[in-house]
Amino acid sequence: MTKVLTTRFDLRGEACDIDVYIKTGGYQALPKALKEFKPEQITEEVKKSALRGRGGAGFPTGMKWSFVPKDSKRPKYVVCNADESEPGTGKDRDLMRYDPHQMIEGMIIAAYALTARTNYIYIRGEYWYIKEILEKAIAQAYERGYLGKNILGSGFDCDLYVHTGAGAYICGEETALLESLEGKRGHPRMKPPFPAVVGLYGGPTVVNNVETLAVVPWIILNGGEWYKALGTEKSGGTKLYTVSGHVARPGNYEVPMGYPLMDLINKECGGIAGGKKLKAVIPGGSSVPILNAEECEKVNLDYESVAAAGSMLGSGGVIVMDETTDIFATTRNITHFYKHESCGWCTPCREGTRWLMKVFDRMNKYEGKPGDVELLYDLADKILGKSFCALGDAAAMPIQSAIQKFREDFERRIRTTTVQAQAAD
Amino acid sequence: MYSEANEKLIDELLTHYPIKRSAILPALFIAQEEHGYVTDEDVKYLAERLDMRVNEVEEVVTFYSMYSRKPIGKYKLQVCRTVSCLLAGAEGITEHICGKLKVGVGETTSDGRFCVQEVECLGYCDLAPVLQVNFDYHEKITTDQVDRIIADLSK
Repeated sequence: MTKVLTTRFDLRGEACDIDVYIKTGGYQALPKALKEFKPEQITEEVKKSALRGRGGAGFPTGMKWSFVPKDSKRPKYVVCNADESEPGTGKDRDLMRYDPHQMIEGMIIAAYALTARTNYIYIRGEYWYIKEILEKAIAQAYERGYLGKNILGSGFDCDLYVHTGAGAYICGEETALLESLEGKRGHPRMKPPFPAVVGLYGGPTVVNNVETLAVVPWIILNGGEWYKALGTEKSGGTKLYTVSGHVARPGNYEVPMGYPLMDLINKECGGIAGGKKLKAVIPGGSSVPILNAEECEKVNLDYESVAAAGSMLGSGGVIVMDETTDIFATTRNITHFYKHESCGWCTPCREGTRWLMKVFDRMNKYEGKPGDVELLYDLADKILGKSFCALGDAAAMPIQSAIQKFREDFERRIRTTTVQAQAAD
Repeated sequence: MYSEANEKLIDELLTHYPIKRSAILPALFIAQEEHGYVTDEDVKYLAERLDMRVNEVEEVVTFYSMYSRKPIGKYKLQVCRTVSCLLAGAEGITEHICGKLKVGVGETTSDGRFCVQEVECLGYCDLAPVLQVNFDYHEKITTDQVDRIIADLSK
């Protein structure tokens, strides 16, 4: 199977050294981009690749870049979103610790495409050792003239800094990330204006996920059409999935867009651990609707197919649950996450997640009141589509889908008679 | 206020951004490294150093979960509690640590050496369950490994 982004993963971190990266084909795309492409031609090539944002939203990358106004009085910025915090997702971690230069090279090319002189990698504070890996890699890139003034004699100046977050899931939302980078609380901004027009320090800004930027050198080297052909018509290329939960071999796997979910589970991950049966899969990180075993059988991993199955490809965090899993318990756990991470800015999300947790907690003690399952569903409905940013939707969608598909796991938690409650315990 | 190296680091950080305030998150990590937590003096000092108001620094410190405004254990034992780690048995790890250290979640041992925290997703879902001790990750953690880590850090 074609490996693109994970070709250097087998080196287990040796490619952090710039010489190893160069020896294995690195820093060939950047000189090519500077010599053979005008900035706007790079954006065109990325458009041809059908690359879509790998952070979760799946927005076409080339289109995002094309929204940046060419003439801007304010400086432009490229910001790499390395705040990876979506439960179920640990792919950017490996992309950065096993092959940091791949992403850095992609970032420099993106900066050239958008004529952005100063650029930032916003990495979650918990990934401190990866921050140090990146800083070392960036220092090497400066030494070799891939960063700094007049890079490779092109006349283009480019600086790159690493900035640490400090424990806030919301900062993965791109406008909250920009607020945080400006030294404030991570509260999302009103959109429009979108960051491409008014972003960091008021300047046009492109915020892209680690994986998205890591693809860019490959598109320059082999062409947008080549990358697109690896995947499906609308979802180009390959994608990294973090598979966690009840599989024999959890891990990060790169497969082409359109790959069957069950093949990922059975072939790449060695099937369900202990020979048990599959109960459910959350295919795109904890924010997306859950799929039952029957739905899993039919779904392919690309944006359109997963959407058609009623969920989302999201960040590619595939959480696999076997027949012994209590979907009430996992859904309660996920709701706790969103309650903790709600930034407090808007009422439906701040209050809604707390109310949800209250109901979840009494049901957890098998003290749910008749009507509590409906109440959970309704509370989720009061958040869905009514919050300031997507965090509210992310809290609501998993609950509604879990109730629709695994209602019996919720109903068991309702106290109808004392005898029944005791039997359930 | 801080060591010469750390003061230099703050000076260096300030060159990264067009506005000083942007350096507040990295600067707070320096404060915490020096004092174990963010003290009142840190808040005042960094406000001055970064052209911020004291309340602006406070509102940042209290928003981000990696900062503490009160003294905590020298070693933060942070067990990830979110879904993939839950499926991999994280609850048992937390119980084991709490039982061993005789403290509850969120508490610090009386000698000030350890505190136990349940934290949200640490990005190690495929390597679950995960324990982070200060900044060090311990993947696929078992109760035996927990015992060894605590023994090592107790020396």
